Amino acid sequence: MGSYLIKRLLLLPPVLLGVTVIVFLVMALIPGDPAMAILGTYATPDNLAKVRMELGLNHPLPIRYLFWLDALLHGNLGWSYILHKPVLDEVMSHLGPTMLLAGASLVLCAIVGIPLGIIAAVRQNAWEDKLITVTVLVGVSTPSFWLGMLLILWFAVRLQWMPDGGMHDLFGDGGILDLLTHLALPAITLAAVPAAVLVRLTRTAMLEVMRQDYVRTARAKGVRESRVILRHVFGNALISVIPILGIEAGYVLGGAVYVETVFQWPGIGQMLVNAISTRDILLVQGGVLVVATAYIVINLLTDIAQALLDRRIQTA
Amino acid sequence: MSAVLAEAAVARVERRPGALGQFTRNRVAVFGAVLFGVIAVIALLAPVLPLANPDHTDLANRMAPPFSRHALLGTDQLGRDMLSRVVWGTRVSLVVGVVAAFLAATIGSTIGILAAYYGRFVDIALMRGIDMLMAFPYLLLALAIVAALGPSLTHAMIAIVIVNVPFFARSVRGVTVGMRRADFMAAARLSGQSSAQIIAFELFPNVLPVVVVTASTSIGWMILETAGLSFLGLGAQPPMADLGGMLGDGRNLLEVAPHVATIPGIAILLIAVGVNLLGDGVRDILDPRLKSGGLARIRPATEVASRADRMARLPQTGRAEGALLELRGLETRFRIGRSVWQAVNQVDMVVHPGEAIGIVGESGSGKTVTALSILGLVASPPGRIEGGEILFNGEDLLGLQTPRLRAIRGDRIAYVFQDPLTTLNPVQPVGAQVVEALRAHQRLGRKQAWDKAVALLDSVGIPEPGEKAHAYPHEMSGGQRQRIGIAMALANQPDLIVADEPTTALDVTTQARVLKLLADLRRQNAAAMIFISHDFGVVSELCDRIYVMYGGRVVESGRVQDVLNRPAHPYTARLLACVPRIGQGRHRVVPIPGLPPPTNALPNGCAFAPRCSLAIAACRSGEIELGTVGPEHSARCLRSALVLAEGVEGAGAADGGVA
Repeated sequence: MGSYLIKRLLLLPPVLLGVTVIVFLVMALIPGDPAMAILGTYATPDNLAKVRMELGLNHPLPIRYLFWLDALLHGNLGWSYILHKPVLDEVMSHLGPTMLLAGASLVLCAIVGIPLGIIAAVRQNAWEDKLITVTVLVGVSTPSFWLGMLLILWFAVRLQWMPDGGMHDLFGDGGILDLLTHLALPAITLAAVPAAVLVRLTRTAMLEVMRQDYVRTARAKGVRESRVILRHVFGNALISVIPILGIEAGYVLGGAVYVETVFQWPGIGQMLVNAISTRDILLVQGGVLVVATAYIVINLLTDIAQALLDRRIQTA
Repeated sequence: MSAVLAEAAVARVERRPGALGQFTRNRVAVFGAVLFGVIAVIALLAPVLPLANPDHTDLANRMAPPFSRHALLGTDQLGRDMLSRVVWGTRVSLVVGVVAAFLAATIGSTIGILAAYYGRFVDIALMRGIDMLMAFPYLLLALAIVAALGPSLTHAMIAIVIVNVPFFARSVRGVTVGMRRADFMAAARLSGQSSAQIIAFELFPNVLPVVVVTASTSIGWMILETAGLSFLGLGAQPPMADLGGMLGDGRNLLEVAPHVATIPGIAILLIAVGVNLLGDGVRDILDPRLKSGGLARIRPATEVASRADRMARLPQTGRAEGALLELRGLETRFRIGRSVWQAVNQVDMVVHPGEAIGIVGESGSGKTVTALSILGLVASPPGRIEGGEILFNGEDLLGLQTPRLRAIRGDRIAYVFQDPLTTLNPVQPVGAQVVEALRAHQRLGRKQAWDKAVALLDSVGIPEPGEKAHAYPHEMSGGQRQRIGIAMALANQPDLIVADEPTTALDVTTQARVLKLLADLRRQNAAAMIFISHDFGVVSELCDRIYVMYGGRVVESGRVQDVLNRPAHPYTARLLACVPRIGQGRHRVVPIPGLPPPTNALPNGCAFAPRCSLAIAACRSGEIELGTVGPEHSARCLRSALVLAEGVEGAGAADGGVA
């Protein structure tokens, strides 16, 4: 495991570097004068000159990248001229809620999606499978921002069971129960699409493993069918399901933008949408960079989980 | 090899229905196509339909509910007609989806083909770039791109195209790399075609199905994603009628006018359902892995026809006395598409307590399927046991309830399979797999079972069994893995061990040791054994009696010495002539000309007749019975007298020609 871990960790810096390159290049797409774009209507000649200096706009693109990267390595993501505070502080204050929402959705997605995928595979072509297949089809075809609105309409407006948005501090008055009631609808909304995808892929993975010789061996030993399915079929299907969870994490982190907007969840997604509308370019850049880094770390964790489960990966 | 040819035979025999035929048989896909078609036609006809102007505001009639006069679906916050806006918005969504899919497919597959075709630096540079794009949560990347370019529908579409390019590039590169070494590519190069010609005329047509599959399964996503950007106010700008933008407007009116948000959402949902169903249908046709229902669930036990059906052609009398296991008229078939493979046909076999019998034959002769049929381990679908009975201590194993069958599996009858690498669970330590065999049938605590498993590993000659029990199958040698297989089979002291070519996957020096172990342990346990092999030498050492199978039938059976020394069936004789013998330098190894027939197209009469040098006209018609040729010795051959009279060399190697 140790050598695998080292090999895998060594892959991390190049990927992170690549991500910074892409974020930097995307921001270089900004048409016209970036300093003007950043300062917008508040631009004074003094400020414009200052920002141009900071961004090193008088230098060629590669040099500018190096300046930017150097600042990045020193924890400096720039200054938000709209909010008048460092970008890093603003991003970090929104990171917690987003991670909470994304994590809750991912857990929900796994505990709903995996069992349904198993049932659909075991009961292939029976009514359970057909019902699940139809539900999954509707799930992958539903825009999450619309689903969120429907849930608000029913559970918050009509039934008044749940709040229609916002998030209360874990350490505030309401405590954990208040947090959970605010978390429920956004988490369900965000989990719907990835759960549907997970059902499909779990089902396929299960059906593929079911044909393997070792499943026949387990049956030949007289092992109980439930154990054959859970231990042998699912135990091996999980190897291909775990990386899917990694991909789902990427979906959830991106989809959080819609869900946070619909539910006014104070996470990075909402921050980004606001930053885009106020043309706070550096804040957008910083937010994207931080979330992308979080995603890379999540993928690292799923790779490690996969290697722990399947020892063959470690020796390969 | 025979399997490959057999498949070719299937392709020749039954004409595969065309792609369109396949599609129309998939009712769900047809539903998707119709749904999508209706939506597309309505959207295309939007300019000529009697619809209100989608941009005409009428503040006096704001937020009219659905089914109002003049406005079937109501009006929005500016009094604009919702029906008209939904139709026009659908038009926008479809155009955006199709254009985005086309662009992403074109750019992505170009990158994929170039990376695969040129390889080396081009490949590394392009694919590392793709990897970097995929390191992002892709919606976020799209958001960043729109943030930089500024909000507009075109920019939203560009962003969606960019984040979808990697999927196309990866899948196209994958198939192209596989094709680079294909024969037709080499031929194209040798014929002096330029790179551009090869890519355009050789590679591209072959890659197209993958591109279509990827496009058809991702176009739905692209429509939803673009609508999402519009919803956030980053895509289509007012006053353009766009479904995502309409949802964005409706969000603030949820309490006063919920229809403003619900109706465009339903429209998006319907578009996405139609596109996704259609895409799945296209994928099912074009993806080779999904052809012929390759992903069917395997049942816990082989499907078995009703006892009445199975016994229809079987005499009620004539059961063997004191047999441990008796197969009577066993018929196991595979139904694949429209063809029926008679893998096992009218097979009779008897195993007495403590006796070892061998089943010998080429691949595809039905020996493995016969063995797997005993405990219902033939994969179903496509396998089905359609005839005969399998008596174990007088009890018919076919059609047993699952709990009873499970009680016999691994306890009274145990299997040792061919390839120990694929037959052991790769993610479970071997000790745990032995424990599982023990605890399936014995009431043992965890610790007790573990100790017993370690003792079993010791008894099959695994060094340091306490340590090795924690190892995974891939950490062991082939010989050790098969010892684990033997340990699992012996765990519950079975009455019968079925060993299916247990040493074929091992190297020669290991083979002998594993065989000796199996033989010794079997004798110690006083278990009977069915030993399946294509190797007469091994069978003659281990077994008391022998069954020779060909084309799903037993063609000869008898005591080992009798069959070996005086084969009565030309097939047996020729199989024996194939065995090289050490110390007989002048012995000629004579291969049998031709191949065994695929069991879905067995000839009339004797299945071996087409390859037999002694065949006469009578061999090619009617049913040939298994006839007695000596004490406990029978053969299914009209010419057995001749074979017996002239001996192995005479009948087998007389001439190489096929009559």
